Amino acid sequence: MNHDRKFAVCLTTLVATLLLSTSAHAMHISEGILPFSWAALWFVISLPFVALGVKRLNTLAKDDLSFKPLVGLMAAVVFIISCMPVPVPTAGTCSHPCGTGIAAILVGPFVSILITAVALLIQALFLSHGGLTTWGANIVSMGVAGSFAGYFTFRCLRRMGATLGVAGFAAGIFADWATYLTTSVELASGIRGDTPFLPLFWKILIAFIPTQLPLGLLEGAMTAGMVVLLYRKRPDLLVKMKVLKAEEMAA
Amino acid sequence: MSKLIAHSSWFVAKTVKILLAIAAFLFFTTSYELPASCAEKWPGVDESVVEKYAKEHGREAWTPFINTDQGDLLLFVFLLAGTVGGFAAGYSWRMLVSEKSPKAGSCNKT
Repeated sequence: MNHDRKFAVCLTTLVATLLLSTSAHAMHISEGILPFSWAALWFVISLPFVALGVKRLNTLAKDDLSFKPLVGLMAAVVFIISCMPVPVPTAGTCSHPCGTGIAAILVGPFVSILITAVALLIQALFLSHGGLTTWGANIVSMGVAGSFAGYFTFRCLRRMGATLGVAGFAAGIFADWATYLTTSVELASGIRGDTPFLPLFWKILIAFIPTQLPLGLLEGAMTAGMVVLLYRKRPDLLVKMKVLKAEEMAA
Repeated sequence: MSKLIAHSSWFVAKTVKILLAIAAFLFFTTSYELPASCAEKWPGVDESVVEKYAKEHGREAWTPFINTDQGDLLLFVFLLAGTVGGFAAGYSWRMLVSEKSPKAGSCNKT
């Protein structure tokens, strides 16, 4: 058995064990939490992003066959990470990273949104995780906000001369925090009724902080690790995906 | 043969390190004392934040349309999801890393 096969077997076993260890505690907005009008609004907002993701995926897959395994890997990573509850001892609660930061860096924000939408749909259908009525809201928070925050953070820091690891770390952190920031906006706007928006928004956001602050750091470390690992194993792929310049690969 | 033994020992050492790290993490988290006010240990933020505030404002979560949250059924579904997801990740990683990218002209052979 070669190393990559062993790695695949270990990864499967580890992921299955971690997912098995606890029931579905997560951060997606559960079924029925948002009123219909708000659920419909977030769904409509998410639609063009998902459509653009499908278009972008088709374009890239036509141009380059090696794009498909990368998308497959990112889809699996986003799916696994976003339904893997991680206990946070500082808060005594569980939540999960999102994986959208790394996906957006490697396959672009629109394909990352599409991947997230599929992962969220499977989780809503079969894992009692998130919901069909709140699918649009969850796509916007985790897919759109997470992917774009991660993507732009990474690109900006790279332009400023940051190393792959540092840029990846920051991208992972901001992808995670942007997701929860958007979830707070969605939740506060949906459930507030007659109460003012801002106090409720701050209350929800502050309640997320003890769990998501350390989890954001974990997501940053995972994102940086994965970018650096791919740089070591397949730098040509990073050049192809415009994560790295050809001259940087040679150096 | 010596190369194989070296690879095997490297793999065993790595596996042991990973397992020890997981065991240490689980020991730390499961022995952690939560504040007395917490009714349940390790709730997800969907319960401790999302559903809590939604309930305060008169919104309650519905039962999922396909409710797999029944007894050990959810564990089975999560195990299945983890297995399929882990396999897909490992398979894609292997395709990306161990199979060389096609070089110009090499595709004529197939």
